[in-house]
Amino acid sequence: MAGTAALMVTERAALAQGEARPAARGYGSDPDLVRSYQPGELWPLSFNDHQRRTATALCDVIIPGEGSVPSAGDLKVQDFIDEWISAPYPAQAADRPRILGGLEWIDGESQRRFQRGFVELSLAQKTAICDDICRVAPADSPLHEPSHFFRRFRDLTASGFFTTPEGARDAGYVGNVPLATFDGPPPEVLRRLGLE
Amino acid sequence: MPYISPEQLQSQYDVIVVGSGAAGGQTAYTLAMEGVKVLMLEAGRYYDPQSETPMFQDHSRAPLRGASTPDKFFGFYDATVDGGWKIEGEPYTLASKDPARRFEWWRARMMGGRTNHWGRISLRNGPYDFKPYSRDGLGFDWPLNYEDLAEYYDRVEMLIGVYGSNEGLENTPNSSPGVLLPPPKARAGEQYTRKHAKKLGLPVIPIHRAVLSVRQDSKTIPARLHPNNPRAQRILAKSMDERAACFWATNCVRGCSTRANYQSTTVHLPPALASGNLDILPDAMAREVLMDDAGKAQGVRFIDRRRNRELEVRARVVVLAASACESVRVLLNSRSPRYPSGVANSSGRVGKYIMDTVGGRLGGQIPALEGLPLHNEDGAGGGHVYVPWWLYQEQHAGKLDFARGYHVEFQTGRHLPAAPMFDGLEWLTGGSYGKRFKEDVRRYYGSFVGFAGRGEMIPNEDSFCDLDPVVKDKWGVPVLRFHWKWSEHELKQAQHMERTFADLISALGGRLTRQPSKDGAAAIEAPGSIIHEVGGAIMGSDRRKSVTNQWCQTWDVPNLFLTDGAPFCSNADKNPTLTIMALAWRAADYMLEEMRKGNL
Repeated sequence: MAGTAALMVTERAALAQGEARPAARGYGSDPDLVRSYQPGELWPLSFNDHQRRTATALCDVIIPGEGSVPSAGDLKVQDFIDEWISAPYPAQAADRPRILGGLEWIDGESQRRFQRGFVELSLAQKTAICDDICRVAPADSPLHEPSHFFRRFRDLTASGFFTTPEGARDAGYVGNVPLATFDGPPPEVLRRLGLE
Repeated sequence: MPYISPEQLQSQYDVIVVGSGAAGGQTAYTLAMEGVKVLMLEAGRYYDPQSETPMFQDHSRAPLRGASTPDKFFGFYDATVDGGWKIEGEPYTLASKDPARRFEWWRARMMGGRTNHWGRISLRNGPYDFKPYSRDGLGFDWPLNYEDLAEYYDRVEMLIGVYGSNEGLENTPNSSPGVLLPPPKARAGEQYTRKHAKKLGLPVIPIHRAVLSVRQDSKTIPARLHPNNPRAQRILAKSMDERAACFWATNCVRGCSTRANYQSTTVHLPPALASGNLDILPDAMAREVLMDDAGKAQGVRFIDRRRNRELEVRARVVVLAASACESVRVLLNSRSPRYPSGVANSSGRVGKYIMDTVGGRLGGQIPALEGLPLHNEDGAGGGHVYVPWWLYQEQHAGKLDFARGYHVEFQTGRHLPAAPMFDGLEWLTGGSYGKRFKEDVRRYYGSFVGFAGRGEMIPNEDSFCDLDPVVKDKWGVPVLRFHWKWSEHELKQAQHMERTFADLISALGGRLTRQPSKDGAAAIEAPGSIIHEVGGAIMGSDRRKSVTNQWCQTWDVPNLFLTDGAPFCSNADKNPTLTIMALAWRAADYMLEEMRKGNL
């Protein structure tokens, strides 16, 4: 089914890997810790418009908006992912070919199946592709690399989304506020855990 | 006397203290409060916790959402400035390429050193920990007893503020009445573990950490710490009044702008500076101890990092408190025709017996903790409970295949999200995405527990440092070369940790996040990674076999002291910082007495 596309992803990943990387330095060992930073401020970003729109669409499939809670795309998680793969650090750089190659693959797969780019697909069509790659596929499967791309993209989307105030609240984080006293878990929690 | 520039140096001080962390901070504090004129040299830059600490910043404002990078290994908001396992222009070398024999050395170059970011875990060594050789024939006994240091543990705990409780467990000493601050309530996962750990015989008790759970008693503590010194009492009371109690947010690794936890820069240095008896020179990296013809130290030669030049400064007494290995390096680099192997090294033991802590970890996912009603679990920015070593009797009866023990530290609960967050959840979610993924995140967030073992390493002949014969740092100063080897005791202990944690996670009804390691060599954390390195100039009662006496005073040079971890001749599972401070205070009291007598 996706044999050709899978081959393509390998080639393109190799291509992405060989792309001339903009020379960039990290933030160094003594950055200002108090101010806020925006993606693109410390080192140049990588996505072109098409890649950014594809990444945004995939972010929104992985973490859609719900009621008053914005989607990952609304919170510009795609910019964080771009910042991540563009960073001049080894761990982040290792994700770069997988993410760039995967975005090309998913777009190519969309064209192949639905004759439109991923961004233009209906949610049902996007889901049809994502359902095929949302679990890690065996090493001999043509979907092996795409499934690893999806796994990593989901990880990064989660990191980007749940670290925002909106995302943290949505996950159930209610801390980071000053308290006069720390009272420990409320009675309801102790009851649930059999700790009364 | 304040933070100064090289131009403002006095021509002569009573004491030069090299280093501004726990050891240097405590030494300078004790001396300056008693009227001694002290110069502190710090290799790193000036640092102001009040304006530089990222209080409350969530990770959406940080590059890479706060993820670890080679520039900031413990994440963007870690307080460390210009530090890490690698520092540009300041290399060290490794004698072996074998990964098991690589010691990695963490350093910080900032005012206050590593105290700005440390975990604040403040455990006392117990009576056994000072006499390990007498108990099992391994390593060395200390030339002092627990009883000699107990009073100083009390003093340090009162000065810096430590929460905890007195449980009276074996080799886990109580503090004197009124010394400890009340421990915070245990979190849900900590309480759940406490209940189920009982089945395995593990005692889960409040941990001791240098965090003000309530404000300090500035009415009574200053008089207890500085009897007959009303001026010191006034200065300390003011400093204590300026410290806020913890407001239960912001992880302690960031430091604390309200001075609610201990860091040298917020607890030791402000009152010491207020005494008017302390000058602090930042960006001054000690290179060597200057010796006079009579074989006494007369000062320190240092590098003024800002102007890239060497300067000298004089004093009656020199104290190295630069961190164990850095102090060793200064001794070894104080070479001359008269001292070809460095000063204070007639025993040939300088650099020998470097120890780190044995580390092992395992985590689990606990269904009982899933989807608990939302509540604030930030707490004191670190653990509230721990398990002290509990198998003394079994070990004594020969039932364990290793010597010495470990304690267990906990990670539980919903904490401020930082990248990576919810990575690799597929084993629980089956690969969900979309709204189901969000539901899964809400379900599993806070259901993970992590257990970390921190255990005792026994000093050995194969773990040491010397000067690299070739490599120099960017100022041309020879660098350290590390040699390392674990013994079977450490490897088996690390494996025992993992087995214990696997049993514990099973007792909690949980699933392991990874399989236990196949052997101890795989289970043990890399040498140096726990950042508890001590030794290198061990104390003893025989000057032929040790570098200092029980007062941290070098045998060879009576006016040269080491008050950091270098004189440790064993490294109990208890995190070393509190003991460093207690020994430093005791050594400084000894210096005061010797100065009064005219011996220094």
